[in-house]
Amino acid sequence: MAKLELQNLRKQFAPSVVPVKDITIEVEDGEFLTLLGPSGCGKSTLLRLIAGLEQPTQGKVTIGGKNVTSVPPGKRNISMVFQSYALYPHMTVFENISAALKLRKIPREEIEKRVNDVTQKLGLEHLLTRKPGQLSGGQRQRVALARSLVRDPDIFLLDEPLSNLDALLREQVRADLKQLFETQNKPVVYVTHDQIEAMTLSDKIAVLCDGYLQQLASPHEIYTAPANKFVAGFVGSPQMNLITLDCQGNHAVLGDYKIFLPQLKTQPHQVILGIRPEDISLGDIETGETIAGHLFLVEDFGKEKLLSVRVNGSDQTLRVMVPADRTWEGEMITISLIKKQLHWFYVETGDRLN
Amino acid sequence: MANISKAETTPKQSSRSLKSVFLFLGVFFTVIFCLAPILWQILTSFKTNEAIASIPTIYFPSFNQLTLEHYISLGLPFLQYVLNSAFVSFTSTLFCLAIGAPAAYTLARLRIPGENIILAFVLIVTLFPYVLLFLGLLEVVKFFGLGNNYLALIIPYTAINLPLTILVLRSFFQQLPKDLEDSAKVDGYNTVSMLLNIVLPMTTPALITTGILTFIFAWNEFIFALTFITRENLYTIPVAVAQLGGASVYEIPYGPIAAATIAGTLPLIILVLIFQRRIVQGITAGAVKG
Repeated sequence: MAKLELQNLRKQFAPSVVPVKDITIEVEDGEFLTLLGPSGCGKSTLLRLIAGLEQPTQGKVTIGGKNVTSVPPGKRNISMVFQSYALYPHMTVFENISAALKLRKIPREEIEKRVNDVTQKLGLEHLLTRKPGQLSGGQRQRVALARSLVRDPDIFLLDEPLSNLDALLREQVRADLKQLFETQNKPVVYVTHDQIEAMTLSDKIAVLCDGYLQQLASPHEIYTAPANKFVAGFVGSPQMNLITLDCQGNHAVLGDYKIFLPQLKTQPHQVILGIRPEDISLGDIETGETIAGHLFLVEDFGKEKLLSVRVNGSDQTLRVMVPADRTWEGEMITISLIKKQLHWFYVETGDRLN
Repeated sequence: MANISKAETTPKQSSRSLKSVFLFLGVFFTVIFCLAPILWQILTSFKTNEAIASIPTIYFPSFNQLTLEHYISLGLPFLQYVLNSAFVSFTSTLFCLAIGAPAAYTLARLRIPGENIILAFVLIVTLFPYVLLFLGLLEVVKFFGLGNNYLALIIPYTAINLPLTILVLRSFFQQLPKDLEDSAKVDGYNTVSMLLNIVLPMTTPALITTGILTFIFAWNEFIFALTFITRENLYTIPVAVAQLGGASVYEIPYGPIAAATIAGTLPLIILVLIFQRRIVQGITAGAVKG
């Protein structure tokens, strides 16, 4: 049992450089947590704090109930896969994988057995005598992974391990990773800026921005109920439509149209309306808010088309995703925003309304 | 069509061959220009005294104008000088690397307050013409009673070469991927074993490069060696060569001097060639990135 807990972590490099401000997260055994966020959001620093490569300015890191905040990385029994793989160039693949075991004075036979098991699982058994310089990118990535798995650590840490692979390979390794870590039953913390990786791999996603935790939830919840405007805009491709609207009573005004706001105690003056392009459909449907507008741009994705529509009576634009075989007539079209899929956010804080 | 294309290619080809001729001539004359003094010394060291003194100069001596007597005349004492030089050079190179490498690593990796000031001082030291220091150093040597002691050479040689060693190694350490060290820490290496097992093997090329520079300096240094060492059996090669004299003041033993120069430089050349082969470029290839 090795539950990972982060309590009020803060890391300050300089008075104005605070990549991690106040983050509290728990990761259960066998849980796959992804830290997702744009560059500079503090996700890599947070991972380094967990690893012990950086010391937190404030807060606590506990593994399996034991406070490890001041324990050096080598004694935390964690393993880490680096974005650059960080294989030792002067050692063979076997030496690379077994280095950590050797340091822990594990008997020779067991080291060999464990290395053999792992390399067989990852298809590296014929490369054991090579040096990292003689391997392809994908092979290096697998060696880095093997080095991590062979340790049998309490916690797995991975720092963008797929970002140096080409697109096709990345998709395949992503699937392999998922299967591999499902069998490990250990906490896994994975850092990425790629939302597809985050969505497909994780049990839970922690969306970070500017050193703060924005939302910690399952991929489904992150997608369907984003906690604030940042999460709404960051997750999902193409990006969610986010438009700022004036309010009149319990309505929001969008051009010539009025859209019911959810029930609230106090009505704000302005709100942000969010709706995903795929939650808008062409034509007039019953469950939607029907709006007419001027279609001024069509982007063809092959599978789908992305339409940009300027709403009548306003200069606001909505982007609409329609199936590729869908047809329409003229430039003035009618669209329906599916009511159930409307998201509302406060203008001032960006937080979700309901 | 074939004819036309042939007519077109001919001038191109001739200009290309002209280019390679110029290139060859350029390389040839550059090499001759650089090697001429050395070739001259080699030639002199093998010519008989009569051939050396004869006018017009003999560039291509006949067989009976060649001799090994200059080399033989150097005798056993010369071996002693070579050993002296080797000991002084090896020791100061070793000290230089042993002190310089940790200093460079510290300056490259740790956030030290006033790091730039330290670096500026290190740089300033390299700007001093070291020859001007020797009078002061002589006093120091006298004070500590280090005259006629190898330490009188080893310490200044180490000190003079430290700044360059630190600067070169620091920039080398800076471009080593930091992930490797982090990875080593996660694997469980402590600081010392990480430096020895991970960082040092990757630093070998830079260590050899700076080591060779220090070694060459120490091997060839003259002023300090002349001033601080007066006992003949402690002489280093440059001093020993300079002390070679003829039967009278008016005779300059060109042959033995040339032979001593060649014999004294040969070990250095061999050593540099051996180590140069170990400076394998791109030894860090494969450490990071795909």
